Amino acid sequence: MRTPWQLRVPAAVAAAFLVLPLVALLFRVPWLHLPDLFREPIVGEALRLSLLCATIAALLAAVTGIPLAWLLARSTGRLTGLVRALVTVPLVLPPVVGGVALLSAFGRRGLLGKPIDVVFGFSLPFTPFGVIVAETFVALPFLVLTVEGAFRTLDDGYAEAAATLGASPWFAFRRVVLPMMAPALLAGTVLAWARALGEFGATITFAGNSPGRTQTMPLAVYLAMERDPDAASALSLVMLVVCVVVLALLRGRWLTTGSAA
Amino acid sequence: MGAAPSDAADPVALDARVEVVHQGARPFALQAHVAAGPGEVVAVLGPNGAGKTTLLRAIAGLTPLSGGRIRLGDRTLDDPALGTWVVPEQRRLGVVFQDHRLFPTMSVRENVAFPARARGMRHGAALANADAQLAHFGLTEIADRRPARISGGQAQRVALVRALASKPDLLLLDEPLAALDAQRRDTTRAELRAFVSAFAGPALLVTHDPLDALLLAGRIVVIEAGRVTQDADPATIARRPATAYVARLAGLNHYRGRVSRGGIELDGGGRLVAVDLPAPSSSGSREVLIALAPSAITVHTTRPDHGSARNVWAGRVRGIQQIADRARLDVAGPPDALVDVTPAAILDLGLTPGSAVWLSAKATEVTAYTAE
Amino acid sequence: MRALARLTPVVILAAVALAGCGDSSSGSSSAGSTGAGSASGSGSGPVANGSLTILAAASLRDVFAKLGDQFEADHPGSTVEFSFGPSSGLATQIVEGAPADVFASASAKTMKTAEDAGAVNAPVTFATNSMTIVVPKDNPGTVDDVSDLANKDTTVAVCAKDVPCGAAALTVFEQAHLDVTPVSEEVDVAAVLTKVSLGEVDAGLVYVTDAALARDKVTQITLPADVSATTDYPIAVTTESANPALAQQFVDLVTGTIGQDALKAAGFAPAP
Repeated sequence: MRTPWQLRVPAAVAAAFLVLPLVALLFRVPWLHLPDLFREPIVGEALRLSLLCATIAALLAAVTGIPLAWLLARSTGRLTGLVRALVTVPLVLPPVVGGVALLSAFGRRGLLGKPIDVVFGFSLPFTPFGVIVAETFVALPFLVLTVEGAFRTLDDGYAEAAATLGASPWFAFRRVVLPMMAPALLAGTVLAWARALGEFGATITFAGNSPGRTQTMPLAVYLAMERDPDAASALSLVMLVVCVVVLALLRGRWLTTGSAA
Repeated sequence: MGAAPSDAADPVALDARVEVVHQGARPFALQAHVAAGPGEVVAVLGPNGAGKTTLLRAIAGLTPLSGGRIRLGDRTLDDPALGTWVVPEQRRLGVVFQDHRLFPTMSVRENVAFPARARGMRHGAALANADAQLAHFGLTEIADRRPARISGGQAQRVALVRALASKPDLLLLDEPLAALDAQRRDTTRAELRAFVSAFAGPALLVTHDPLDALLLAGRIVVIEAGRVTQDADPATIARRPATAYVARLAGLNHYRGRVSRGGIELDGGGRLVAVDLPAPSSSGSREVLIALAPSAITVHTTRPDHGSARNVWAGRVRGIQQIADRARLDVAGPPDALVDVTPAAILDLGLTPGSAVWLSAKATEVTAYTAE
Repeated sequence: MRALARLTPVVILAAVALAGCGDSSSGSSSAGSTGAGSASGSGSGPVANGSLTILAAASLRDVFAKLGDQFEADHPGSTVEFSFGPSSGLATQIVEGAPADVFASASAKTMKTAEDAGAVNAPVTFATNSMTIVVPKDNPGTVDDVSDLANKDTTVAVCAKDVPCGAAALTVFEQAHLDVTPVSEEVDVAAVLTKVSLGEVDAGLVYVTDAALARDKVTQITLPADVSATTDYPIAVTTESANPALAQQFVDLVTGTIGQDALKAAGFAPAP
């Protein structure tokens, strides 16, 4: 079927709208000064911290979110709907509000944070662990939603067949369900990773900003805008390149959430 | 094909009293008693929606019983009254599904190795075992392929090998040939017969195709609308069907009537004479069932007054159907009857829908029996 | 098809403009919207009773709101709209061509940037602000004076050095000859105050004006006079103002008696 122009025009608008700012960014970058700008330790530190924390956050989100998504996909009833709605809340919450909520729970005076501080003398804010917590908080709902949708498309029949062949539910999940759902799970994790990488509001509210410890790339870019827009453009370029490279590596058959080949 | 390599646990018998009730938008009630002994192949035959698949799922543990009890050997798998419930993975049965359900991310070999791996066998040993099984069934050449790259018939065979690989006590086959085209169905049916008859334990074959039941099973249980209507060997089913449905499957004319004055008054009108009348039932009832083959009825255009047939009645042709090399007339009586004639006879007699005809059948061809 | 080709740029521009509204990721102190086209229309030609758009540093929010009311009362028929935010962000907006009539910055440096770019005319300093220490009400770190901030166990939050209040904090530490490692360098003063009032840090360095506004949430500890760090607040009319005469009148209000009294009441010190 030929694509009608009524669809092609808005599609072109959407594509142009997304691509234009990125292209314009390339024009802004001070190409000649890049080597000097990149030599500053702040760039390496922020990048390293960002990549490390985003990856750990994505993995945490996957390890806890995939089971949650599985449960939500299999259950029915009002409680399920309620849990699903609650899990989705961080998605619509302004990230700063998320940060405040995290402080209320895990801050030094927080519901859970206070006893932990008293017993262990440790508190999450202002540490890289705090960054990871904030990023996981915003990334987890993305993963749960993506993956739950994929689990719903899975035919019950395979799990039933596995059971009749003597497989325990855990064995069947590991050996039958996960391999079949692998592309969708990976796509959900990458999405969570990307979300974690770009997180700003919750991170800065909960983990603060400390170069080398909690200053992630988005924070570095924001502050660089204050003092030196050129540096901000350069840092933005770095983030752009990193994201494009990762997504290009994972494109195509790894990122489709369609049925397993 | 000989028996699959197996370690011999003594084969056991299945005794399933299945009651499943679903309330709600489409209420459903199944109440059936099915038993199968070691080495026996029992077909569960019935129209779609009768409850055959529910029966199989209940035995497999995929649907819980509402009442009744399922025993396999000396183990009780499901007994709601006692609160006994064995999860499917511990029931030691093998199921072959209509859509084979081979795991798409695994090769044929890995699929067959799956039951052993699920029981904890090491990866290498399980794969070697699987290879041996596949070799025994002549499937080695597809061992490396993914399910998407093998044919439907091959997939069903692999599914059977996989089910047998779990060393089950009971084999359940759910419409194993339904997803195949006609030609493949015949060849696969023949192979299935060989596999299944070599299985030491009981086997339950669910199907809606009477040919499957007749050719594969030693006994047929007919289920209609959630109830067992007949449980007998194929020969009895074919000659003395208990219900109109079974009779239709067996290709027979089927009537109900009451014995009176040396003949049988039919419920739908009309009267037939049979040679052997069954004795009255224990309750003194004189109700009987009658089977009459379409090939045993003769068609005339004028009343046959001088023949030996004791059953003669008038009718009108309602329809004509071609079946293989015969023509089948649907004649309205009473009694209504399906009559087989050669196509040439149609032409000779000038038969068309609406034609008035006379039918005759010898008393020796009329089989009267009671529903016991 | 040609009609659509002409329509597409309009659609794109509209989409960009709409996207510029609302920014959920910036720090909590930014009340204004970012990006071009966000400020309200700047009137249709120089009119004495027109409308003014004033971009001002966040710490001026309370005072300028009052002065805005005063201005509208003095000039009936005129409207004053404010956009508060971080000084450097506002400077960027003006340089990029955001419609604004007056720019009041918390940093001489950002004003200079705007001036060098030819976006403002003849800035004049109208107030100064100095720093102070704030601690949570229950003072968990038992901070009594500035030297306690250097304590290894005391957690301190300051503004990031790229932000005027952060530069001022650094000056404070220099002057006090202290080696302080803050646990967090926040994007703006409001974030520092939040961390302190929530008790997440033992102490923070903020402007006295901010400390005054948050007096029910935090306790203020005055810095000794020799450790002071003051920040100059310049104000200027923009070169692209549609209403320069009216804009100048607002500047005069700020630098005049009424303005200076209001600033003093809020805790600002007069210009040197």
